Amino acid sequence: MLVADRIIALGIMALSAYFMWHAAELPIGWNAMTGGPGGGAFPFWLSAIMMLAALSILIRTFRYEPPEKGSDEPFFDSVMLPSVVKVTAALIITVALIPYAGAYIALPLFVFWYVKIYGKHGWAITLSLTIGIPVFLFFFFEATLKILLPKGFTEPYFFPLYAMFF
Amino acid sequence: MDTLALLADGFATSLLPLNLMIVILGVTAGLFIGAMPGLGSVNGVAIVLPLTFIVPPSSAIILLAAIYYGAMYGGAVSSVLLGIPGASTAVATTFDGRPMAQQGKAGLALIAAATASFVGGTISVVLFTMFAAPLADVALAFGPAEEFALVLLAFTTFVGLGGDDVPKTIVMICLGLVLSTVGLDLISGQPRLIFGDLPGFYSGISFLVLAIGAYGVGEILYTIEKSRTSPTVTPAKITFKELGAGLRAMNRMWKTMSLGSFLGFFVGMLPAAGATPAALMAYGVARQTSKQPETFGTGNIEGVAAPETANNAASTGSLLPMLTLGIPGSPTTALLLGGMVMWGLVPGPMLFIEQPDFVWGLISSLYTANFAAVVINIALIPLFVWALRMPFAVLCAIVMVLCIVGGFAPSQKLHDVWLIIAFGVGGYLLRKADYPLAPLVLALVLGPLMEKSFRQTLIAEQGNVLAFFERPLSATFLCLAIVFFIWPLVGLLFTRDHKDHPHVPSKRPKFARTKKT
Amino acid sequence: MSKFNFTRRAAMALTATAMVLGSSVAALAEDWKPQKPVEMVIMAGQGGGADRIARLFQSIIQKENLSNMPILPVNKGGGSGAEALRYLKDKEGDAHVIMATLNSYYTTPLRTDIGVDIAEFQPLARMAMDTFVLWVNADSDIQTLDDYVAAVQAAGGEWKMGGTGTGQEDSLVTAMLEKEFGIKHTYVPFKGGGTVAKNLVGGHIDATVNNPAEQMGFWQAGKVRPIVAFTPERLAVFPDVPTASEMGHDIVYWMQRSFVAPKGMPAEAVAYYTEMFEQLAATEEWQTYASEKALVADMITGDELQAYFLEERSKHDTILNSMAESS
Repeated sequence: MLVADRIIALGIMALSAYFMWHAAELPIGWNAMTGGPGGGAFPFWLSAIMMLAALSILIRTFRYEPPEKGSDEPFFDSVMLPSVVKVTAALIITVALIPYAGAYIALPLFVFWYVKIYGKHGWAITLSLTIGIPVFLFFFFEATLKILLPKGFTEPYFFPLYAMFF
Repeated sequence: MDTLALLADGFATSLLPLNLMIVILGVTAGLFIGAMPGLGSVNGVAIVLPLTFIVPPSSAIILLAAIYYGAMYGGAVSSVLLGIPGASTAVATTFDGRPMAQQGKAGLALIAAATASFVGGTISVVLFTMFAAPLADVALAFGPAEEFALVLLAFTTFVGLGGDDVPKTIVMICLGLVLSTVGLDLISGQPRLIFGDLPGFYSGISFLVLAIGAYGVGEILYTIEKSRTSPTVTPAKITFKELGAGLRAMNRMWKTMSLGSFLGFFVGMLPAAGATPAALMAYGVARQTSKQPETFGTGNIEGVAAPETANNAASTGSLLPMLTLGIPGSPTTALLLGGMVMWGLVPGPMLFIEQPDFVWGLISSLYTANFAAVVINIALIPLFVWALRMPFAVLCAIVMVLCIVGGFAPSQKLHDVWLIIAFGVGGYLLRKADYPLAPLVLALVLGPLMEKSFRQTLIAEQGNVLAFFERPLSATFLCLAIVFFIWPLVGLLFTRDHKDHPHVPSKRPKFARTKKT
Repeated sequence: MSKFNFTRRAAMALTATAMVLGSSVAALAEDWKPQKPVEMVIMAGQGGGADRIARLFQSIIQKENLSNMPILPVNKGGGSGAEALRYLKDKEGDAHVIMATLNSYYTTPLRTDIGVDIAEFQPLARMAMDTFVLWVNADSDIQTLDDYVAAVQAAGGEWKMGGTGTGQEDSLVTAMLEKEFGIKHTYVPFKGGGTVAKNLVGGHIDATVNNPAEQMGFWQAGKVRPIVAFTPERLAVFPDVPTASEMGHDIVYWMQRSFVAPKGMPAEAVAYYTEMFEQLAATEEWQTYASEKALVADMITGDELQAYFLEERSKHDTILNSMAESS
């Protein structure tokens, strides 16, 4: 926990430095001619404050006894961490798949993986969700709200559906 | 008297059988659209706008009002059940609504939200009926300096010092404000922080993306990790007894709700501000004036009622500048404005004089729609609560799909979906390390308004910082903001005697955070 | 509710449409029809003037059934339209994307290098040109352009001119004014024309060069006063307001409202959309809206439009360069 606290504080400091570097591309000072701070001033100085606050968190972890009770526990639950990583990876793969295979292949695959393989549920519930979710998405988002989801190479297969429902 | 006669005419039309049916349909559709994370009244209004050219004009207005109210009520559903605010106006509802749902009191929270919305809607429509025309002048008196002071006030009512771990809160506020500056800088016309020229960042980081990421994806990852040691979802059920208890509980909250309604209406009326600061201010004020401020954030029913009254009141309030000044205060009112132009109406100061039929027809539809919304919403609560009884893996899969699709829908950019995942993982880690997420989201919502109005004022006043204190309205707000900021510090000084080291974070839960088990 | 009777108006519009349909161009549309909903990218955020007019077109198309597939508006206003331009560039050859443009169509690629050459896009139709008028609060003493110039000079650079974002149209007109009269304003940028209008009436700014559409409601209520129009001829809705050119000051500026398509859109699709916009231009709703809001609704298409775009681009290049030199 203490180690994680330090790593996160350091991470935030690195992030603020990165923001400050980007923000400094615009004027960060007080421009008397146009009256008021320049375009980069807000992000730059706020990042600076963020860095100082993170620094104080970092220093605190060295100076005092760990304040909260569970602070000697490990940051991650070692048994469940693989699950979290797996779900995150599945999400990333799904989103990466969407532009090529389309939402109507990527999302059902994700649901199938989550319910059947990861959640170990029965076939009945798995199949009804894998089929039900895309059908719901099509009728709710596309047919009713007219929000088109990405289709990738499956696009031509939807032309007859468009002709029917629009 | 004239007003009442016109209003009665309006009611005569809105209570016709056809129009009643339209109200019921509209409210139900609005409820479901609003309950989806990522979708809100703007989507609802957008789909029915073309329809309004087919049905008779009086019915068209009623349909729009019904969808608008339905979606407003629906926003609370997603905040309570999934912990994902469906719209920025419903952020404050998650702070206490979500913990209530986790304690198995989802039904009660939803009843509170519905009743509160009804009270807020009703009080604000009455205010609207009585004072619409004179209040337009108040909206005009608001320039950039007043806007800045008001946003600052909204901020401080919510984030006083004391409570959470102070350095961590500061980090999150700054992070939110910095993220809010991403995109084009309006004042200089230059792009900022677009990270290697990614076009996806040109339009900035939307609030919805952060909220769906941090509260949706982040929350699920967090729950998955905790699912070994603690029961994941407390079974929620709803009985008539609970319904009665809920309504009685609401009866004790008149002070909170009327305060929320007035605050919501007046803040919502100001073109730049709108419903989000209104809801946050109502939450902050309810907590500050409560006898047990420490229970806020852990499932206090007042913490649901206050923001819900305010955001509904504000939605009505935001119609005011649209109708009287022709200035849309929100994307939804912008669409309504477009619709009115299509009907051949000119919103603006002359509308009330030239088209009284339309104006009063709209106002009477607001009454009808509000009433229908509360009835239908309460009737549907068992259905919403039932959804929580699904197996955890099934619920998770559905919520994840909704996060992806809901994140994509508003902007139609996959870029935003990637950001959602990034914010999800980041939010999950920060939350584990006890960084409060609410100030981050709040800062992202209020940041752009704050910076813009601050710099506009300084440009107009040739860099004179004292300008904020030279104008009576903005000076008042700023003084109030300072009072709200120092108030908890004063309280802290008196209780400090028994506390240990100043750097030790106090255990008082301040922001929405699930209890650790 | 008899005040706004839709049916009569709709019937008239239908007749107008039928007349156009009956004419020569109808045959072309037989060849190609959109197979899926058409995306209408808007180069500006929700609620602004450009957004409102684009959505108005969409509603008319839908109401009059000018397209067999729905037209879906999508706002991509990031970076003054840079986001939309980049998006259109990536859609090369796509027959189901059109874009509603405004002047940032040429100014944005000129101001920052975003790797887009607008000469590559396929022009469809210019629907209208919006006009610019100098406005002051009705409570002020300023009646003529001379009064205005004197007042700005007396304020010594502290005269507050409100407008849209820096580098956008309003700031260009302001720069043209400054150059012509040798005066200096404090330019306060706001998010959109509606907000500017409100701030003028509320007395938070001293003047603006807003489009008449944004200012109309307040003008009818007698809260604002038009001083001078930046058009070659007087506007029909303001017959008493002189133009700058008739007073010997050559300041003319337009905001164009056009539609373009991505590079390489099939010719049949281009013909289909061009015809759709021609029908749209003939509808009664559009004609009424244009005359009420002081828009100049002369339509041009195809090569003529491309020539117009390129000419405007070089004009804006000159204006932007002179702005950069003077500041």
